[in-house]
Amino acid sequence: MSIDQNTAAKVAKLARIKVEDDALPALADEFNTILGFIEQLNEVDVEGVEPMTSVTPQRLKRREDVVNDGNQQPKVLSNAPDAREGFFAVPKVME
Amino acid sequence: MTDLNKLGLAEARDLLRKGETTSVELTQSCLTAIDAAGALNAFVHKTPELAMERAKAADERLKGDDAPAMCGLPIGIKDLFCTKGVDSQAGSRILEGFKPEYESTVSQNLIDNGAVMLGKLNMDEFAMGSSNETSVYGNAVSPWRRGNDDAELTPGGSSGGSASAVAADLCLAATGTDTGGSIRQPAAFTGTVGIKPTYGRCSRWGVVAFASSLDQAGPMTKSVRDAAIMLEAMCGHDVKDSTSADLAVPNFEAMLTGDIKGKKIGIPKEYRMDGMPGEIEQLWADGTAMLKAAGAEIVDISLPHTKYALPAYYVIAPAEASSNLARYDGVRYGHRATLEAGDGITEMYEKTRAEGFGHEVQRRVMIGTYVLSAGFYDAYYNRARRVRTLIKKDFEDVFAAGVDAILTPATPSAAFGLGEMTDADPVQMYLNDVFTVTVNLAGLPGISVPAGLDAQGLPLGLQLIGKPWEEGDLLNTAYALEAAAGFVAKPGKWW
Repeated sequence: MSIDQNTAAKVAKLARIKVEDDALPALADEFNTILGFIEQLNEVDVEGVEPMTSVTPQRLKRREDVVNDGNQQPKVLSNAPDAREGFFAVPKVME
Repeated sequence: MTDLNKLGLAEARDLLRKGETTSVELTQSCLTAIDAAGALNAFVHKTPELAMERAKAADERLKGDDAPAMCGLPIGIKDLFCTKGVDSQAGSRILEGFKPEYESTVSQNLIDNGAVMLGKLNMDEFAMGSSNETSVYGNAVSPWRRGNDDAELTPGGSSGGSASAVAADLCLAATGTDTGGSIRQPAAFTGTVGIKPTYGRCSRWGVVAFASSLDQAGPMTKSVRDAAIMLEAMCGHDVKDSTSADLAVPNFEAMLTGDIKGKKIGIPKEYRMDGMPGEIEQLWADGTAMLKAAGAEIVDISLPHTKYALPAYYVIAPAEASSNLARYDGVRYGHRATLEAGDGITEMYEKTRAEGFGHEVQRRVMIGTYVLSAGFYDAYYNRARRVRTLIKKDFEDVFAAGVDAILTPATPSAAFGLGEMTDADPVQMYLNDVFTVTVNLAGLPGISVPAGLDAQGLPLGLQLIGKPWEEGDLLNTAYALEAAAGFVAKPGKWW
């Protein structure tokens, strides 16, 4: 599988990272180097092998479905780059 | 008493108990060492006032007879741990100015145990790197040098600041985290001890996430005994991390008898790599002989899927990272790009993440995005998870056959120079983790023990891999290896 500049641009878009057009060829090259390395996995016979979902055989813990936290608005907002009137502020999302 | 900063945890603890020193004296000694070590760039956020406050409280607590093991002991905390009210940036620009309103469970456990935080330690950005060269703070520098050559060397990564600080005696010990080798490789590069416990031993809550199915915290220390003391203080069940194990934490230090008679130590043939330096081969053979002389039985074993661990890791870890790092959107914390008129929310995300993430992090997030994207999910991500199942089974088969621990080199070389890998392709840097990454994929405990010096006078480490949840037994084998290797070298002070 070889990645061209268009694919690199598409991946950057999906990842929400702005990449300038002139940086795309180098980025595509890096992707191809890494993916070339990953291609080795095709040598492995994985027929009938389950994909790992949990490295330890433990069942995930459950807790009672109750409210056990909250009322921390100032703390939640304290690190926001732009917080106003008790909310996170962002650029206009809809016209 | 002078040079209190050069003590290990166990020695300092014992002196405190005998009333021969105080936490305030220990802490002051470390703070002085830190201030004189700017050239190492290990401590990136210093917290001297907080440290003195906690040291005084620890001295009060030590007057009673129920002070916990780490009471009064000054340590460094990797920048990946969220520490309440103290900058926690994960070595990234995108978290510039972030001061958490909460404390990670591991660092809280250490506070509860009386430990004194001296400050936050340098690291590769989001723990992605093997040389501490991807940090927004600039490189951490190893206190070690090649003979009289004054070229700066890497302390390893991603826990490079932790390794440098412990090796240079800026603190008694430090926390690290390990996703593919980020505790064990820097420990090996700096002549220190580092253990990554079984996945689930340490809570991940409040530790900035890189690859959640692989990340584990652990101690980086000056001796195996210190690692036992500090690991016990760090780990334990936590309801805030659903993957944290609800198992009792043993007294690891009490398990250090040094007696390994009859233990079966496996030597995996697949770890004998082409082009491995003769010095590493020799170190491994020496370590094997030491364990044999201590009464262990040496057996040749096979871990047939070893070769596929790194490629599987470089699918799984970036995939999880791309998901975990989606939260850095410029809305809730950290950096937000300055926007131009007309920019909407998508431009805000894209510019913020382009400015906030460094090159290596961007690359991994995009690789992760690619392997998870429609059409490639099965070919890459699911295949890598299948291979991971096989890698874990390799270890299970060996342990089922009676092997107690596995001995391998910790790294394929000694520390390299900062900047020496700049022109190499990314895969060359990834090869640093070739001996350690299998352990993360299988969720096992692994420890790096300093075992010798290369011809240039740089430390080399050996890795022991243990059975799940048997850190105590693993630490004991490491303790026997440490005693036999008798590693006492320290870097000459140039900083």
